[in-house]
Amino acid sequence: MAFVLALVLALPCAGEAAAADRRSGSDFMAPETRAMQADDMSNPAMLWVADGEQSWHRPEGAAGRACATCHGDATRSMRGVAARYPAFAEATGRPVDLSGRINLCRRTHQPAPPFASESRELLALTAYVAYQSRGMPIAPPQDPRLDPFRANGGALYERRIGQLDLSCAACHDARWGQQLGGSVIPQAHPTAYPLYRLEWQSVGSLQRRLRNCMVGVRAEPYAFGAPELVDLELFLMGRAGGMALETPGVRP
Amino acid sequence: MLHEVRAQPSIGPLRRREVLFAGALCIFGVALPRAALARPSLEDAIRSFTGGAAIQAGRVRLAIPPLVENGNTVGVTVAVDSPMTGADHVTRIGLFNEKNPQAEVAVFRLWPRAGRAQVSTRIRLATSQAVAAVVEMSDGSFWSSDASVIVTLAACIEDLS
Amino acid sequence: MSRALVSVPTTARRGEVIEIRAMAAHLMETGHRTDATGTTIPRNIIHRFVCTYDGDEIFSAVLFPAIAANPFLAFTTTATTSGVIAFSWFGDDGSVQQATAEITVT
Ligand code: HEC
Ligand code: HEC
Repeated sequence: MAFVLALVLALPCAGEAAAADRRSGSDFMAPETRAMQADDMSNPAMLWVADGEQSWHRPEGAAGRACATCHGDATRSMRGVAARYPAFAEATGRPVDLSGRINLCRRTHQPAPPFASESRELLALTAYVAYQSRGMPIAPPQDPRLDPFRANGGALYERRIGQLDLSCAACHDARWGQQLGGSVIPQAHPTAYPLYRLEWQSVGSLQRRLRNCMVGVRAEPYAFGAPELVDLELFLMGRAGGMALETPGVRP
Repeated sequence: MLHEVRAQPSIGPLRRREVLFAGALCIFGVALPRAALARPSLEDAIRSFTGGAAIQAGRVRLAIPPLVENGNTVGVTVAVDSPMTGADHVTRIGLFNEKNPQAEVAVFRLWPRAGRAQVSTRIRLATSQAVAAVVEMSDGSFWSSDASVIVTLAACIEDLS
Repeated sequence: MSRALVSVPTTARRGEVIEIRAMAAHLMETGHRTDATGTTIPRNIIHRFVCTYDGDEIFSAVLFPAIAANPFLAFTTTATTSGVIAFSWFGDDGSVQQATAEITVT
């Protein structure tokens, strides 16, 4: 273990990417994987987007309302929405991510039981809503109520965790572009979620990706839906402000 | 299949570092496939596809990346030099692998009206290995092509949650 | 739930060779994996795919567990007449997924 850690730390440091040098995870992928993401008819995540489109129009819950009943045409009403999430939710007094926001609508507006984390239904609806913002710049809200949560996300990002005693920053700021196992370490910009990860053989959320990184350094991952994961996302989206959304992405 | 089956890439100097990192980072994904040892060989599988007929080299182009980031989804295209006429066309394309738990990958059936003899799909490769495409023509002849693929280890793989 | 996506040009000239792509949502469970308790997860894959053009089979495939999840297939056909191109995916569990696309040939 000590040897491995020493090796990790012996790699030269790239340093945090300057704003102009920020690169999406897709920039580090093999050309075949990039091509898979670029073409909707070969991007498997489009199967989820198509599912989400159907759910959008399906009446649900006691009142028999569909998302479309209130929000109409998603291509207009949801355009740009994903680019400014997580956002502050009055209902809970804290930031909520896009999936959480959708579940709030399920619970309070349809009303129907919220979807489980990482369920196919929730991933599909989230992918469909986020897809409406594809190509738009990430626009983190300037809401001062979010500041303490974003700061907490930043602190979590810098904190050393796990048996490997590594922070997110130690890999994603200091060593991006370097090889780790078969993968290149990306800069950890959450530009393409939910996305199809070849390793998962499925679409998954940013939370699932973050949990994978935590397990990778042998830390106990936060549970799905944990406030820490939303704070981390808030921080990462701020850090990626201005970069184009790619949802639904493909990653190795 | 692929969560418990990880490749040991054999790309020279990188290998030692990769194995070390992978060992450190990935809690899961080390066991070897149980079935892999007992399965029929690539040659056996191809023989049952051809019925033992002789296979010639040529006419078949097998496009597959030589190095892949993840063995779960590897794009493959098989193209055959064939006029695709009633008198001279491809009838079947068989795709096989060397080291997955099962040698067969897919068998495609084509007709002259395909116009072009070209098929693409995505396959799983449990580890670095050879992949072969064997093509049957309407005159009963068989042609083939093969390629070897290096499958690298993924970092930070699934937490099984 | 929408379980398949297909791509066929909406129009083509008679005699033109067109590309067809088809993708279905499916885990393609190999039968070689074990769950957390060490029990083998039973095989459940799409084992057969058939594409017809106005009722005639133009392409088919027998698939094995080495086909990636959410199976993707791309192949070609010659545009002959305006009509329906139909796709069927046959699962180990007896399920059949279907999709169709119309093509206008001029
Ligand atoms: C040991 C190095 C390491 C550490 C520590 C680490 N990661 Fe990662 N991370 C990676 C690698 C490698 C990948 C890419 C994996 C792949 O593509 O297979 C990745 C991917 C990501 C991605 C996906 C980026 C994209 O393009 O989709 C995000 C987001 C991310 N990490 C965030 C984090 C956060 C937050 C932490 C801290 C909790 C963290 N990572 C800790 C190595 C690390
Ligand atoms: C009864 C009407 C109603 C239904 C049904 C409904 N919503 Fe909403 N939705 C709202 C209202 C009102 C808001 C504004 C926030 C609030 O007051 O809760 C909202 C906000 C949202 C937002 C955030 C928009 C933004 O600009 O930040 C999203 C995303 C959303 N809804 C998605 C959905 C989805 C997906 C469904 C279906 C599962 C759905 N909604 C069903 C009424 C509805």
